[in-house]
Amino acid sequence: MTIVVQSPGMFTTVQDLGRPGHGIHGVSRAGAADPLALRIGNRILGNDDSAAALEMTLLGGAFTFPEGAQIALTGARPASLPGYECIEVQRGQTLRIGPLESGARCYLCVRGGIDAPLVAGSASTHVLSGLGGQALRKGDILAVKNSANQLASKAIPSELKTYSRLLRVTRGPQASEFDEAVFYDNEYTISPDSNRMGLRLEGPPVPCPQQGRMITEGVPLGAIQIPANGQAIILFVDQQTTGGYPKIANVITADIPSTAQLRPRDHVRFRLVTNEEAQTVLRRQEQLLNQL
Amino acid sequence: MFRYASDQSLFLDVAPAHANLDALAQIPGVVNLHPAYQSILIVFNPLITTHEVLQQSAAAASSVTPKNPKHHEIPITYNGPDLAAVARFHSLSQERVIELHAAGAYTVAFLGFVPGFAYLTGLPAALHTPRLPTPRKEVLAGSLGIAGDQTGIYPLATPGGWQLIGHTPLELFNAANTPMSLLQPGDHIKFIAV
Repeated sequence: MTIVVQSPGMFTTVQDLGRPGHGIHGVSRAGAADPLALRIGNRILGNDDSAAALEMTLLGGAFTFPEGAQIALTGARPASLPGYECIEVQRGQTLRIGPLESGARCYLCVRGGIDAPLVAGSASTHVLSGLGGQALRKGDILAVKNSANQLASKAIPSELKTYSRLLRVTRGPQASEFDEAVFYDNEYTISPDSNRMGLRLEGPPVPCPQQGRMITEGVPLGAIQIPANGQAIILFVDQQTTGGYPKIANVITADIPSTAQLRPRDHVRFRLVTNEEAQTVLRRQEQLLNQL
Repeated sequence: MFRYASDQSLFLDVAPAHANLDALAQIPGVVNLHPAYQSILIVFNPLITTHEVLQQSAAAASSVTPKNPKHHEIPITYNGPDLAAVARFHSLSQERVIELHAAGAYTVAFLGFVPGFAYLTGLPAALHTPRLPTPRKEVLAGSLGIAGDQTGIYPLATPGGWQLIGHTPLELFNAANTPMSLLQPGDHIKFIAV
């Protein structure tokens, strides 16, 4: 089976759960920005969690399925098609996804998964290094694997489909160098200059008197770093592995999906939680997912 | 020795050359390591392990002797677009810059920025040079650069702000190779002017 790209949309890449384990070589994990949506889509179709899918950004593409397919759209909602259910695509049918209504990223998962070459164990596209290729272009043809797995029939709990613009964070390694109240008391706007490497925030600057005195160190996913201009950047899935800016906070793992769904000009706030709370929320999310 | 980083990571404050990265990577639940100059970020799956459990096993793993570093000789054509500017900045001749750089004994501190980019320590103080005021949109793969007290080679064509003094034909990174990167933390480097 194949998928023919008639129009790629604004920015569409092949993503799975990424290539962890190569940070020692400076290789970013990459992978789905909203791994929860990808995993749910794959479970609806009876795929492994790590099956590769298309990650579409803000504006979905148009795709022809010459042999037909069973697909699921998860994450941000397209205007014209149902989300979080199996859609039967007829032979030769063209699906036009169009603008995404809620959130920034929608996953087009296909039964069997997209059959893309693995680079360091993953099909994920990392645009900066070119590992896993580049964003889709008109005329690209993608192969789809065969599958004999059963489709899932359970309804998806609303908690797993709901995203928040209040991101929960734990304290960052340099938090004590900042006036943290400025950061937590204010609302920030997502800059249009945001991508899979990082989300730039606009709003009241967070001054850091220690600027420039830090030794470069590893940066975790979701780290919120504050450069000299005081404007925070959330380091995201295509992030560099190391960095030299102080980090005030870190988005909790369970809120990475909500981070992925922030659109340019969305307003976002941050709430400090303990590590224990972060772990509890993540376990709850995983339990709900495992009931599917 | 350990610092909290996030709900799925912690810092081990040890220089990567003095830690056993293979042993750390094999600890159950560890999914990634991000080494830097004086620390290693250990990324883990919080559904499998915890900060507390990991601190015990990481302390044990990092006490194991690291494997022997490799020695590399890297051929360089010292003809980079910023060679003249670097020489002017230090009031040296271009020949003297080349001589000083090729005489240095360098060690790979860690790999970061982009796949295969090795941050090297050991740049002679006489060559410490600030970054370009405006980074280049594209630096050729194989370009040898200087930034502050650091020197290193761009393994891939990427944007970059380091002062470029030379070029190597060696392939430093290939995802199809094992290991993917020619250079590993702790390795020793000598540059050979060609």
